[in-house]
Amino acid sequence: MSMSLRTTKTGRIDRTRPLSFRFDGELYRGFHGDTLASALLANGVHLMGRSFKYHRPRGVVTAGSDEPNALVSVGVDAKHTPNLRATQVELYDGLVAQSQNRWPSLSFDVGAINNLLSPLFVAGFYYKTFMWPNVAWKKLYEPIIRRAAGLGTASSEPDPDHYSTRYAHCDVMVIGSGPAGLAAALSAARAGARVILCDEQAELGGSLLSELHASIDGKPASQWIVDTIAELRGFSPTVTMLPRTQAFGYFAQNFVGLVERVTDHLAKPDPKLPRDRLWQVRAKEVVIATGAHERPLVFPDNDRPGIMLADAARIFANRYGVRPGGRAVIATAHDSAYQAALDLKAAGVAIAMVTDVRKEANGPLPMAARAAGIRVETGTAITGSTGRLRVNAALVSKLGTDGEEAVPCDLILMCGGWTPSVHLFSQSRGKLVFDEARQVFIPGTSAQAERSAGACKGSETLLAALEEGFAAGHDAAAKAGFSKGNVKPVKVGGVIEAHGGFLGAVPHPHDAGRVKAFVDFQNDVTAKDIKLATREGMRSIEHVKRYTTTGMATDQGKLSNMNALAIAAEALGKPIPAVGLTTFRQPYTPISFGAMANHSRGDLFDPVRKTATHAWAQSHGAIFEDVGLWKRAWYFPKAGEDMHAAVLRECKTVRDSAGLFDASTLGKIEVVGPDAAEFMNLLYTNPWSKLEVGRCRYGLMLNEAGFVMDDGVVGRIAEDRFHVTTTTGGAPRVLNHMEDYLQTEFPNLKVALTSTTEQYAVVAVQGPNARKIIAPLIEGIDISNEAMPHMSLRLGKICGVQTRLFRMSFTGELGFEVNVPADYGQAVWEAIWAEAQKYEACAYGTETMHVLRAEKGYIIVGQETDGTVTPNDLGLDWAIGKTKADFVGKRSLIRPDLVKADRKQLVGLLTVEPQKMLEEGAQITLVGNPPAGTSALGHVTSSYQSAGLGRSFALAIVSAGRSRMGETLYVPMPDGPIAVTVTDPVFYDKEGAKLHV
Amino acid sequence: MLLIPCPHCGNRPELEFRYAGEAHIARPADPSSTSDQDWAEYLYFRSNPKGLHIERWRHVSGCARFFNCVRDTVSDKILKTYPAGQPKPDLEALVKEAGQ
Amino acid sequence: MSDVMTRRSAFEGLHPIEVVGAVTVAPVPYGTRFSFRGDSKAASACSKGFGVMLPNTLLKAESDDGRTAISLGPDEWLLIAADGEVEALEAAIGKALNKQHHSLVDISHRNTAFTVSGPKAETLLASGCLLDLHLSAFPVGMATRTIYSKADIVLWRTAPDTFHVELWRSFVPFVWGLLEEASGEM
Repeated sequence: MSMSLRTTKTGRIDRTRPLSFRFDGELYRGFHGDTLASALLANGVHLMGRSFKYHRPRGVVTAGSDEPNALVSVGVDAKHTPNLRATQVELYDGLVAQSQNRWPSLSFDVGAINNLLSPLFVAGFYYKTFMWPNVAWKKLYEPIIRRAAGLGTASSEPDPDHYSTRYAHCDVMVIGSGPAGLAAALSAARAGARVILCDEQAELGGSLLSELHASIDGKPASQWIVDTIAELRGFSPTVTMLPRTQAFGYFAQNFVGLVERVTDHLAKPDPKLPRDRLWQVRAKEVVIATGAHERPLVFPDNDRPGIMLADAARIFANRYGVRPGGRAVIATAHDSAYQAALDLKAAGVAIAMVTDVRKEANGPLPMAARAAGIRVETGTAITGSTGRLRVNAALVSKLGTDGEEAVPCDLILMCGGWTPSVHLFSQSRGKLVFDEARQVFIPGTSAQAERSAGACKGSETLLAALEEGFAAGHDAAAKAGFSKGNVKPVKVGGVIEAHGGFLGAVPHPHDAGRVKAFVDFQNDVTAKDIKLATREGMRSIEHVKRYTTTGMATDQGKLSNMNALAIAAEALGKPIPAVGLTTFRQPYTPISFGAMANHSRGDLFDPVRKTATHAWAQSHGAIFEDVGLWKRAWYFPKAGEDMHAAVLRECKTVRDSAGLFDASTLGKIEVVGPDAAEFMNLLYTNPWSKLEVGRCRYGLMLNEAGFVMDDGVVGRIAEDRFHVTTTTGGAPRVLNHMEDYLQTEFPNLKVALTSTTEQYAVVAVQGPNARKIIAPLIEGIDISNEAMPHMSLRLGKICGVQTRLFRMSFTGELGFEVNVPADYGQAVWEAIWAEAQKYEACAYGTETMHVLRAEKGYIIVGQETDGTVTPNDLGLDWAIGKTKADFVGKRSLIRPDLVKADRKQLVGLLTVEPQKMLEEGAQITLVGNPPAGTSALGHVTSSYQSAGLGRSFALAIVSAGRSRMGETLYVPMPDGPIAVTVTDPVFYDKEGAKLHV
Repeated sequence: MLLIPCPHCGNRPELEFRYAGEAHIARPADPSSTSDQDWAEYLYFRSNPKGLHIERWRHVSGCARFFNCVRDTVSDKILKTYPAGQPKPDLEALVKEAGQ
Repeated sequence: MSDVMTRRSAFEGLHPIEVVGAVTVAPVPYGTRFSFRGDSKAASACSKGFGVMLPNTLLKAESDDGRTAISLGPDEWLLIAADGEVEALEAAIGKALNKQHHSLVDISHRNTAFTVSGPKAETLLASGCLLDLHLSAFPVGMATRTIYSKADIVLWRTAPDTFHVELWRSFVPFVWGLLEEASGEM
């Protein structure tokens, strides 16, 4: 291990803060300010991963978020995070990282056999090879391929970190904090706008962070960054600066998604802080300043460790103080690589030669390189490399010749030019245009309130970036309504202009069929694959992309898209714009699932709604079930009871004595106004005009198509006031449905709707002893059978609290439902419970409620109905007001399909063997073993064991069921058909005598 | 997430709204005298255009009002919103206005 | 018997949320609340009975002497008064309306409320509230129904650094839990 690969002076690392970390178990040292990639390079480690398909050894190629090769896993056990770019992983003391996609080790990987078998793995090989037999794909091929070709593995343990989200609003959102972004943020802030500035890197400054010679307004670039940030900080809280924050998606109406990495760079983060924070920003105006990506050159064996982009090497040297090699060959088609040559030379790297594929390179930078004594060969291409786990020579050829010179080196730097990062512009649905002169796609027509500045719009100089940034920030602020101040001219010194560029595959003298010149490093796609795809008939770049998978890796082809496009265009003999460009999709770089889920996990995933008596039920051993968002007591097992035993006991107790049931979750709607009855007539099938004050009625609601939508008991509180109840799950839907008709179809009706679901806690007291239980607690209401008959309601007090007392039953027994203001719910429940104890009554849950109502043949909407069931199907014609001219759904009830004789109708089913249980949802057929493809007659909707009947029973909807009474039908099951007899759906107290006691 | 201009509350985030299908489909004044065919048209048939669509939304987590909205189903751009009950706007005029 | 009936708040059992110097979330004492529905004429009549002008523009709260009227929709107001005034206000408002069509529904137990206050109040609410809460966009006295994460709330700014949040009782633990988690970042 050696620190001698560090430069002596350059770099923003803090040499007074050494850190230690582990990579594949080996202990290394780095400095505060390093990334994992820079620290590994400083330790002479170039081999950082194995490639996706061929398992070829790979080193780091870039210094930023576009890194395709150096994907590593960080952390252990539950904290293990795969597929992080080593170039973005900030070093901290004790960091533990592993390489991926190799076994048993990174330097000896058995999977590398794939490289020798590579003739098998040509483009489209999945489609060609694994065709037959069909079933083998899922069971055999796919699992093997997935294991062999892959990235890191996710931890199977629950994520111990937490994540958060924040909505934010601003006048001007600036994405990217290089020179253009900083300038834009500054001028927008000076104009008085609310600004959010984000950058994916740990430090703001972008390309300026590796700029050694540039000066801006007479001061060094590094000082300009410091001063600019200080000035921006002075605008706080009007300006928010977010480093380590990736703008990953640009959505409709300037809605921009950001993920801030809050704690990943810390050795011991504050546990209260989230790991990632998702920002959802709504910006009036956006400035995109996302820079450009340097392109690799596509030449044979361009993927050995030790081959990287020229500017990446410059960044490692200038910003991180690392010499990425001892002797470099630089292969370029752009002037900017000469700056790298100069800077690396200054950092102590020997520059063996610069090969420039262009015929001539006489710009100021190439001239400067020559002046510095660097060997420059133009009209010369790099045509290969040698070495195993690290490059040891570059092969270089004069264009048009077959001769190849091997130049010994441990570092090859390549530069094919620069591709503007137009991803976010494209995501905003802006139209790209192809700039023929510079051979790049740049932003054209905007679709949203945004503008690009700097290298991402194709500008090539620092001066242009700054000028465009200042202008863009000023323009954005002005459009958002802030026009303080003017844009001042900016002066730049110390940088030399750079131009050039090359697209496609570099010509070489080798047999094209036998070499691998990689276009897409991450997905192992070569120039050969792309040419093959066009030969096999792919014409559109979208097809080439899918056939070869180029650009489909997690880096989304940031380095590869333009080269792939150029190779395809050349093979197809078409100009580049005619072949098209693939779609840029979110996320720009991968983001964590944690950030997307943020707070929505565990108890906070969805609201968990609890009733006022929840605590009581819990302390009395209730098991709860989810009904919509509500927790409802399901059953109350006593010691030693399972659900079955508990429910049988609860059912028996209610029928013999009484039971208490929490009905609070049922929806409640107060319908108030002089036209309340008329409104109810229109929204429910039943007639309401003649319902007396103090009486209630079962109400049935249809949708316009005539199908049952909801039901519930409705009480008339006053001439102009109804207390409507709905199903638990249907409450919001029913209120929405009512509001819809009231606001849009019947707006002339004088009536208003208010949800009172949560105003009242509801204690249902059901059973022969119900009256005796509540009697001592009631004040001011005569609850005798004569004074308060079945289906009536009274206002009064219980335990001193105002109540709306309903006499009603969903069990078939004498019953009351006590509505009290919710905050008193538990106290009133406890008071009633104390009385109930005198009669050995029980508390019961939803399961017992279901059984008791099913014994009475009462339907549950959503259980006996499925959105295609009419009142007649359910035998509920009695609930329809025959004389009403209209109600929602009425017209539909006489449509031909709704009056067919073979419609499925509600019936009861009794199994021929009394103890045999039917499964809810099971199909019903005419014969026990119908031939495959036979349509069912219907299905079982409810099935229970009845304490009262001493046997099982079921409800079902069966075709022409009411004409099948007494018939034997069958329920085919995997272990044989079950014979059932069709019966009336009412199994208990058919006359209803028990309701009227 | 769309910003939807509620005619009562102004621009508000999409999550506060609930979609309610195509607008200006009037419930027949006298359903009982409507033919099966016409009633089926009213119940089930919708225009589903590519381009301008007049649709109903409810600002359910805001003012709770239903209103109508002219939206381009291709670009998602909202050209106009107006309270329920107001007449159908002139779509050609809206397009011209938006083009300016 | 009412003296022995225990009223249980929807906030029972929740941990206090306080980040010193940043933000405090605190339940608001019990109150009387009504949903008032009617046209503008009815609203101005109601104002006389209630003692506070019902705002005739949307998104506004008017307060006077411990009573508040918030306009939630073109024909909908939320009325807030001190605890125990249900009967008195029903009578007073009923009298003022004098049979004019309106709807007055007691929601004193459906709704409950807490305040979020402190220099970080805006930031804390931004963890689940989608609206722009900057003073220039959401000034003091502005109020509206909106959402916090997956819960409906009524949000009312009572001071530059104080918000009143009104919600249905069963959503309290969910909203409180989110605020508690998010307060760790303040």
